[in-house]
Amino acid sequence: MTRFVTFASLGRRTLPNQWDIIALSLIFGAFVLIVHGSRGMLVPLPAPSANAIDLSYLQLPYYALRTTLRMFAAMTASIIFTLTYATIAAKSRRAEMVLIPLLDVLQSVPILGFLSFTVTFFLGLFPGSLLGAECAAIFAIFTSQAWNMAFSFYQSLRTVPRDLSEVVDGFRLSGWQRFWQLETPFAVPGLIWNAMMSMSGGWFFVVASEAISVGDTTIKLPGIGSYLAVAIDQRRVDCVLMAVLAVLVVIVLYDQLVFRPIVAFADKFKVELSASEKGDTPWVLRLYQRTSWLKRATDPVRDAFDWFTSLRIDLPAWGSSRPASRTVSRLIDIVWFALVGLLAAYSVYEVATFVGAALTWHDLIVAMGLTLVTMLRVVVLLALATLFWVPIGVWVGLRPNLAEKVQPLAQFLAAFPANVLFPIAVIGILSFRLNPDIWLSFLIIFGTQWYIVFNVIAGASAYPNDLKEAAANFRITGWSWWRKVILPGIFPYYVTGALTASGGSWNAAIVAEYVKWGDDKVAAHGIGAYIAQATDAGDFPRIVLGVAVMSVFVIMFNRLLWRPLFGFAERRLRIN
Amino acid sequence: MLDAAKGPLLEVRNVTQRYRGGSHGDDGPPVLEGMSTVLNEGEIVGLLGRSGCGKSTLLRIVSGLIRPSSGEVIYQGAKLEGPADGVAMVFQSFALFPWLSVLENVEIGLKAIRVPAEEARQRALAAIDLIGLDGFESAYPKELSGGMRQRVGFARALVVHPNILLMDEPFSALDVLTAETLRSDLVELWTEGRLPIKTVLMVTHNIEEAVLMCDRILVLSSHPGRIASEIRVTLPHPRDRLDPQFRQLVDNIYALMTRRSTSKQPGRDGLFPGSGIGMVLPRVSTNSIAGLTEEVAAAPYNGKADLPHLADSLQLEIDELFPIAETLQLLRFAELEEGDIKLTGAGRRFADAEVDQRKRLFGDHLLAYVPLAARIKRVLDERPTHTAPASRFREELEDYMSEEYAERTLRTAIMWCRYGELFAYDEDAQAFSMENPE
Repeated sequence: MTRFVTFASLGRRTLPNQWDIIALSLIFGAFVLIVHGSRGMLVPLPAPSANAIDLSYLQLPYYALRTTLRMFAAMTASIIFTLTYATIAAKSRRAEMVLIPLLDVLQSVPILGFLSFTVTFFLGLFPGSLLGAECAAIFAIFTSQAWNMAFSFYQSLRTVPRDLSEVVDGFRLSGWQRFWQLETPFAVPGLIWNAMMSMSGGWFFVVASEAISVGDTTIKLPGIGSYLAVAIDQRRVDCVLMAVLAVLVVIVLYDQLVFRPIVAFADKFKVELSASEKGDTPWVLRLYQRTSWLKRATDPVRDAFDWFTSLRIDLPAWGSSRPASRTVSRLIDIVWFALVGLLAAYSVYEVATFVGAALTWHDLIVAMGLTLVTMLRVVVLLALATLFWVPIGVWVGLRPNLAEKVQPLAQFLAAFPANVLFPIAVIGILSFRLNPDIWLSFLIIFGTQWYIVFNVIAGASAYPNDLKEAAANFRITGWSWWRKVILPGIFPYYVTGALTASGGSWNAAIVAEYVKWGDDKVAAHGIGAYIAQATDAGDFPRIVLGVAVMSVFVIMFNRLLWRPLFGFAERRLRIN
Repeated sequence: MLDAAKGPLLEVRNVTQRYRGGSHGDDGPPVLEGMSTVLNEGEIVGLLGRSGCGKSTLLRIVSGLIRPSSGEVIYQGAKLEGPADGVAMVFQSFALFPWLSVLENVEIGLKAIRVPAEEARQRALAAIDLIGLDGFESAYPKELSGGMRQRVGFARALVVHPNILLMDEPFSALDVLTAETLRSDLVELWTEGRLPIKTVLMVTHNIEEAVLMCDRILVLSSHPGRIASEIRVTLPHPRDRLDPQFRQLVDNIYALMTRRSTSKQPGRDGLFPGSGIGMVLPRVSTNSIAGLTEEVAAAPYNGKADLPHLADSLQLEIDELFPIAETLQLLRFAELEEGDIKLTGAGRRFADAEVDQRKRLFGDHLLAYVPLAARIKRVLDERPTHTAPASRFREELEDYMSEEYAERTLRTAIMWCRYGELFAYDEDAQAFSMENPE
């Protein structure tokens, strides 16, 4: 049975198995080790100089540029990571068994909570210079971009069409040529779509990671995020609004200048036999295609790339070519498993001693209780967003002219980093004396609801016309139209959107449950606030505990709720 | 054409291929068994057989893409250890890289062996010219029609000047007219000696195509694939489909392919592979079964039809017609003999009956002649709950056949038994039960 998999996480299993536990312990073990190491290296952290952020509007373009460069640096790192990590996972059975659960868990870990660790680590690497902080920020963005890209690439590698693969084998292309002539081009459409989603997600992190304080050390890298942080410190509403405007402009610019041309370009990598309906060629691409000197200028680059990709480098032949004898293979397996097992056990020990030295079982119970509160918040808000947006999304999606206009807006809003607007919400909560436990909750869903919106619109737009006509012909209306006709049709799209929204919401909780405006702090009860407050206090054991508990909950949440729903949608409700 | 005294170009020696994976390791049921043949210079050899006879597998073994479980392929005096120089393949699905232009697609084989760019360009253009693609050099595959795409496939294979050209059902994805043009173009180039190749091995399930193009036809039997017979075609090119000698050859091959297998395996039933519960069932819908029965029962056939004639008038490929006809034989609704299909008494009754009667008759015959159906029924009867998970039977089937075939067999059994109203199947729960859904 072949099943169409879109979700970046495969496998029939739903309950976490031993590999997930191993992955989880390895990740947290690594973080604890990093803290151990960097703590020994430098106490106290030297605050890098040149921290002054100028609130003058004129500085904003420069800050925007710095932030954008950071984004692209992180994207470059993500692409390199994707090309190597996913390739190894796809080509080596043994590596795959560890790397894929690792990726799956990393996807669920709220990386924002770990910001303080990574900052400590990178500052330790480059003492006294801003480079460390720069690397930390780029790393934070990287962690928000890389996982889904790697997953998409891995899946593409696993689903390369057999006939094309046979052509490559038949003509005896080398492993290197195969990678560049077949595997990478085949993966490009999926990779680009995921890169765009990642870029959107990255904005959220860039805002959160440019200005970070761990304990007494505060670092402010020149960029929009720091500008915003200073504006919040000094309670400058006008500056906040200007920062919002700057972000808007940058997002529009990179969408027009970078992504649209790339998406149009990637169209030719789609493996489909019929020519699909083409949208308009983006103006940037058209411009490039029409200029002759620019094209000629890029020709050497292309030739160099061609030369590079058609080198006859014989990568080690993986898998089928040299089947080792069964006993040898078993032996290597056993050694490999033992190694992984030992490493995992050591990681568990490290984490346990690190956390156990400062905390008691009571702290664990507190953390779990707070996570439940946050989970409740996520569930309720997803439900509210669903009730609100699904009818609207369907209404819009069934009107093609309207959908065409609304869709880019929804995608744009999904890319917009909602945390830029959080301070404004705090002003509201403070001035109206609202209950933060309720009103801060809305911030969690604020940036992520758009994923639901544009997926539902896409689903309703793609709804087959004959089914619409059949429903009209048999005069199916009202509630039964919703229940029997449209909702099952858009469900696969809805699940995709809700899943993305849910993942984003957990991450947003860390920022949204604890918000500052000048010296005023508003906190809700929840694991997000717990982690954020621990970060403020430089309390590492509590950060580890908080993030670990949250990760476990997120993984369970995904496995027990989203994956079964996703499987159901794929199996039963996909309209072909 | 060339010096015939030379030894064979390629030799297949006692090749056997088994299903891999699952609980079997390398010891699953065989796809191909004890296959031996030679390819000489200057001939077009056809591998003719039905789906599941392993003809594509044999082609891939000859190309070096897969290794046989046992036996060996000798090419140019040495054992084949992987894709070799001078063997190029043309694919049923064309297998063109959508991101490369026609020219780049043709050049890819030359690129792999590091032919200098200028020479590669010249050779590619020459191949494109030869195969009639001039003017399309810069087009992308998705801009081309199916026939043009397959021409790119041919050019790509020819440009490396292979000794052996392998073709995997190269015309079956094309419409009738396009396929015919491409066939005759190819035969013409071949007979004029303009193709830079020494021999051709092609896989097909189209009997007329094989007779039209090949000098030698290897007819394969299915499950496991064996060479059932070898036929030499000495008619001169270009061949005429209406030539009585041509028709006679086609009829003979039909007869050959419907002959009851004189298999050494005991207990084999009809033409389907495997025996008892391990019988592989084809994906044939009950509508096709009813349709063919009615067609044969009605005038002008009145209960007995010539298969080539039937295939022609129904516009069915043998790959489509044979499974239906054999299902009728399995259910004892018809007899297949020497290229004819003849309805039995039950078959005539089935053709004449009303819907409910039909279903009852069908259900009875299922229980009597399809062991899997009888097995599922018995298990359901024996269990107190009268339910059973599908996985139970799937696993049992996988002891006899590959996962893919097990799944297909189970699907077919479910489809047939639903029609025969023997029991119910719940897709959500993946379980069989005795009660009928309301």
